[in-house]
Amino acid sequence: MLTIATGNKAVAAAVRQVRPSVIAAYPITPQTEIVEQMAEYVTRGELDSQFIPVESEHSAMAACIGASITGARTFTATSSHGLLYMHEMVNWAAGARLPIVMANVNRAVGPGWNVWAEHTDAFQERDTGWLQVYVSTVQEAYDTTLMAFRIAENESVLLPVMVNLDGFLLSHSMQSLETVEISDFIPPLRLPHAIDPENPAGYGTLTGPDAYFKFRWDMERSMRDSAGVIRETEDEFARRFHRKYGFVDEYRCEDADVVVVAMGTLGKEAEVAADLLRAEGVKAGVMRIRWLRPFPRLDLAGRDVVVIDRDYSFGFGGVIAKSLAATARAEPFSVIAGLGGQEVTYDDIAEFVRTRSPGTEYWFGVNDNV
Amino acid sequence: MTTRMRLAISRPTKGSSGKTGSWRVFRPVVDKEKCNACGICAMLCPEAAIDEELEVDLEYCKGCGICAHECPKSAISMKREEK
Repeated sequence: MLTIATGNKAVAAAVRQVRPSVIAAYPITPQTEIVEQMAEYVTRGELDSQFIPVESEHSAMAACIGASITGARTFTATSSHGLLYMHEMVNWAAGARLPIVMANVNRAVGPGWNVWAEHTDAFQERDTGWLQVYVSTVQEAYDTTLMAFRIAENESVLLPVMVNLDGFLLSHSMQSLETVEISDFIPPLRLPHAIDPENPAGYGTLTGPDAYFKFRWDMERSMRDSAGVIRETEDEFARRFHRKYGFVDEYRCEDADVVVVAMGTLGKEAEVAADLLRAEGVKAGVMRIRWLRPFPRLDLAGRDVVVIDRDYSFGFGGVIAKSLAATARAEPFSVIAGLGGQEVTYDDIAEFVRTRSPGTEYWFGVNDNV
Repeated sequence: MTTRMRLAISRPTKGSSGKTGSWRVFRPVVDKEKCNACGICAMLCPEAAIDEELEVDLEYCKGCGICAHECPKSAISMKREEK
């Protein structure tokens, strides 16, 4: 069905179709619309889920963990400070191998108090064992949320998935949305280590130095296996619903001499910049990273690379630029832009490419770069 | 296919730390003349080693002495175990 929706409403529409048994969430700008919409579906009787309006995000994730360990399909949504408030439980969800799906609407972390788009919130959770995917359109938010459940619940994965969408730029932007009939695209959830009331046990209890590392290795093993499951799920999605996604969304990269690497809405904006540059005779392309965890392999050999990080690791650098320097042997021009919702247009991105200086870092809008 | 180590799961068994009564240095001795069967000792015993009849299960009593300390009738005394 063709309709029109915000990024938030698109996520909610997808979750409604997947029918989680339990939704536990706390409102926070700019994610609130997702929670409100889920509550409304439940109140109207359109969704037979247990909606738990908790008192904090820490409790939201704790409630999801408690529900998920019984084998129930579980969903929550948060943003920024809410995500950081549940940090302890975010670790626990992954360590307990629970296929929880969470929408995170990317928002800067205060101070200064700021409700606009930035990826630093989710980046602070990137080593917790969650799979992380970043979307760029309303349609992609819907499609990816559907796929997130199938990927998380696959027995080779059994790790939680965080679906990230840029605050306001996507969460509150209205675009066309084509919903699908999911049919049996997402099989019933079977959690092999679900609680059995007939056979009580302690879950995730004291684990000594002789065994702890084995559980950590199992997480990494599943993270590696998830790459194949993601590929298979995206292929199956394309076969059924005719929209194709990958680890990296490539735009005009075949013959590109210079590639812009970015995530989320900036990655989409960069496509217009590539068109502008090509009209000037610059062979530009865009690689929009969708999956941050597991981290993709990018083929950047022989190309100039301009990385736009809407994030920063203090005392280290732009996280994507540094990650590519480490994994793809790239020497990127590292642009730090879009922090706290700073406006970055396709003209700005084209200018980053024109003035690129490989191996250096540039803070957009700051005059005293050191 | 190697064994998956997804989540540490422990199932309690009776006396999984062994007969913890062997740790005891002092044993509680109840003076039945003083005892008025209020049950406070059973309620506060951290090992649940005092049953409904207020009999102490010496296989698991570690001899912590909380029962003796809390008894309002001073009906429980702690006697050193003989080697």
